[in-house]
Amino acid sequence: MSSDPLSAPFAQGGEYQVDADIARRLLALALERGGDYADLYFEYRISGDFVLEDEQVKAVGRGITMGLGVRVLKGDATGYAYSEDLSFERMAHAARIAGQIAAGGGTAEPVEIKPVVLPDFYPVADPSMTMPPEEKLALLRSADRAARAYDSRITKVEASLVEQIREILVVTSDGTWSRDRQPLIRFGVRAVAETEGKRQSGSSGGGGRRGLDYFTGDGKDAAWHGREAARIALAMLDARDAPAGEMEVVLGPADSGILLHEAVGHGLEADFARKGTSNYSGQLGQKVASDLCTVVDDGTIQSSRGSINADDEGNPGQSNVLIENGTLVGYMHDRLSARHFHVNASGNGRRQSFRHMPMPRMTNTSLRPGPHSPEEILASIKRGVYAVRFSGGQVNISNGDFVFSLTESYLIEDGKITAPLKGVNLIGNGPEVLTRVTMLGSDYELSDGIWTCGKEGQSVPVGVGTPTVKIDRITVGGTRT
Amino acid sequence: MTKRDVVGELRDLAQQVVQLARKAGADDAEVQVSDGSELTAKVRLGEPELVQEAGSRGLGLRVFRDLRQAITFTSDLRPHALERFATDAVALARLSEPDELHRLPDPEHLAREIPDLDLYDESSEGLDAAEALSRALRGEKAALAHDSRVTNSEGATYSRVLGAMAFATSGGFAGGYLGSYSSLTVEPVCDDEGGKKRNGYWWTAARFASALEEPEEVGREATRRTVAQLGSRKVDTSEVPVVFDPEAGRAIVGMVFSVANGSAFYRKSSYLIGREGQPAASELVTIHDSPHIPRAPGSRPFDGDGLPTRVNVVLDRGVLRTVLCDVYSARKLGRESTGSAGRGTGSSPGPTTSNLIMQPGVTTREQLLASTERGLYVTSMMGFGFNPVTGDFSRGASGFWIENGELTFPVSEVTISANFDDLLKRIDLVADDLVLRSSTACPTFRVSHMTLAGRG
Repeated sequence: MSSDPLSAPFAQGGEYQVDADIARRLLALALERGGDYADLYFEYRISGDFVLEDEQVKAVGRGITMGLGVRVLKGDATGYAYSEDLSFERMAHAARIAGQIAAGGGTAEPVEIKPVVLPDFYPVADPSMTMPPEEKLALLRSADRAARAYDSRITKVEASLVEQIREILVVTSDGTWSRDRQPLIRFGVRAVAETEGKRQSGSSGGGGRRGLDYFTGDGKDAAWHGREAARIALAMLDARDAPAGEMEVVLGPADSGILLHEAVGHGLEADFARKGTSNYSGQLGQKVASDLCTVVDDGTIQSSRGSINADDEGNPGQSNVLIENGTLVGYMHDRLSARHFHVNASGNGRRQSFRHMPMPRMTNTSLRPGPHSPEEILASIKRGVYAVRFSGGQVNISNGDFVFSLTESYLIEDGKITAPLKGVNLIGNGPEVLTRVTMLGSDYELSDGIWTCGKEGQSVPVGVGTPTVKIDRITVGGTRT
Repeated sequence: MTKRDVVGELRDLAQQVVQLARKAGADDAEVQVSDGSELTAKVRLGEPELVQEAGSRGLGLRVFRDLRQAITFTSDLRPHALERFATDAVALARLSEPDELHRLPDPEHLAREIPDLDLYDESSEGLDAAEALSRALRGEKAALAHDSRVTNSEGATYSRVLGAMAFATSGGFAGGYLGSYSSLTVEPVCDDEGGKKRNGYWWTAARFASALEEPEEVGREATRRTVAQLGSRKVDTSEVPVVFDPEAGRAIVGMVFSVANGSAFYRKSSYLIGREGQPAASELVTIHDSPHIPRAPGSRPFDGDGLPTRVNVVLDRGVLRTVLCDVYSARKLGRESTGSAGRGTGSSPGPTTSNLIMQPGVTTREQLLASTERGLYVTSMMGFGFNPVTGDFSRGASGFWIENGELTFPVSEVTISANFDDLLKRIDLVADDLVLRSSTACPTFRVSHMTLAGRG
């Protein structure tokens, strides 16, 4: 057994060390029925979590998962099998099961397997999993204390830290060998404020592919998140009913990128385009947004939650322009869609785990900054909503309708931010909303590392980013008509 | 080995790991082991798109030591790995802080008998990939043939899951059971005006494959539902009656649970705190959580704490009767568990539901619609717009406009909003068309008025 518990057992020196010879044999078994292509996806994931509740460390947890996923392609059809047992017999069994998607016979040419040279977008000197647990508990306590000290109306605080290291090895029948180690950490605080029979909660969190020092530095440290959760809970105590109907909306920087992610991002994942089931199908080269909008999916942003050195098909992480000055210029691809469109891999083939097959997925999706100052954007609004924090969104890919849930928002009256509003949804149509972006701030920000994207039952960590955005008309789903 | 033997094997393994943890110094330990196998076959436009076949196992361990706890999981079930895993868990528990409530349930509360609820379809073990593909193909073919306006397809998926689980504790509980689930989903796509696509779907799912609707019927219904959306449009912002069909309405029933459970109560994450014994919905609303219905999707013979499951009346003619609790949340609130603990492999137990069912009324669906002069008939909702702390509710909705008691044109891209407390109290008609298609279910019901935000 490997002495370092953080090192994958399939890594060199591990109990189940996988070398080029083993990989070649498994790939040959996977292709023995005549498949066009096969890949092996080894994954080792070790995770930890710490929860503080009522000023006490309530639970500590740890988990280990390991396995191999084998994929075989024959035309547009996929055969997929996996095994948690990395003995050669069980891996060989999975390879044969996946290979059955191809009904014929034949022998694949043995290929030479060569390591892919990968970048390093998230060097972490000391992964949090190797740090003393006491330091993690100290962060939770610091957030808890800060939230309680913020105001006497704070009656409950919860803080949590979730950390993991995921090691992947992807070997393909094209002869590529890609290996990546992906640290991920997320810190979160929830505070409840109560006064005179009213109760509200607020949350704040952050993280990324970073070490523990991210929450102790000069920026948004653990205590900052504690105060921020408390601030939101208190602000929301005075929230009033949100308006209902179409109006002007200003989205604050960073987390508003969720709107972009839902409104256009998913529609530009090329599995939908390949099948002709997205409203962006067949729209390359066409105007799909206002001239102000340039949308980029960038897996190479230093230490961001959505960044990847290698995607889950073994391709290096990349930055891809999707919409340039309003014109659709590219989709996000996995192997199947890249082959269909005769383009190169875009580094977007991602999967939740070895139990899942890859799909085109976003990494960090951003709207590039524009020419306006946030102040002049707000000043231009007669009556509207200023959206700051969000709990998430959802889209119907086929028609582009999306919703987007606000947890902290304010009324704008005569160019000024006035009253806080109760939780409310925005609903719109992706392609329409992007044509209604009439002002774009110069204040671009990347979200802190808290977002997870779900698609067809698979979750992957992502990042989003925007400057301040003015949308001249979108439906606000409040209760006040 | 048949699956029936697997339960015994898992139970033995769970008990062994309980002993390993005790040997490593745990005062008490609980182990859950699960074994699942899946077969998924997807076709699209008449061709196979995916065949996925695999089995997997996982083990979750909770240890208590000096009133401290740790919760761990692993997929590495080799004996020497489990030994180290149990030792690590006990060491980990030192990091948490003592909590008087971190104890096993009282032994006299544990389930003594494990009723056979007929949750496992042995005959579905024999299904192979070719047959699964064939059923998916039949469903999709019927969908494509049913209406020429269907221009594309997201495919059809047939899936079968077979599972076994066992749970053992140092407090003396050891039990397990089998479960199976088969399903077919068909997703046709149409072209609408302005380049918009309209996708829809229909599905059938059951513990016994013989209870599934015929693939052709599922395909035709999927197409009916998809083409019905053609020409969807926004309607004007207004206050209107809102009718929830059972597919959309069950989300509302699920939200009732999210504010009527012990964890939400002690975490101060429910607007219903302090409202037990008081009206929380209209008198027409009765919601039961019923774990013992044979062959039902959410049935289970014991809960995640090893306690017997039981019928709980959550809302009784509108009055909040039972807040669903696991052992921990019940202790936190100074009361008894309702046998509602759920537990994923490797997570803390928490309150959950079994078959959460809003009981049918006496009106027919047709009468309900006929008595609605105008309003919105909701068939699906989108988004996460519900704040359990305050009850603020605002979600995206689509469905049909009701005019003079009849469904007219399709509606999309609107939101419906109300405070959830008001929403439940404004339920003024409940139909009699309850069908237990999923573990959370309801008949068609109407809310007298909500704010619809759309055009203008």
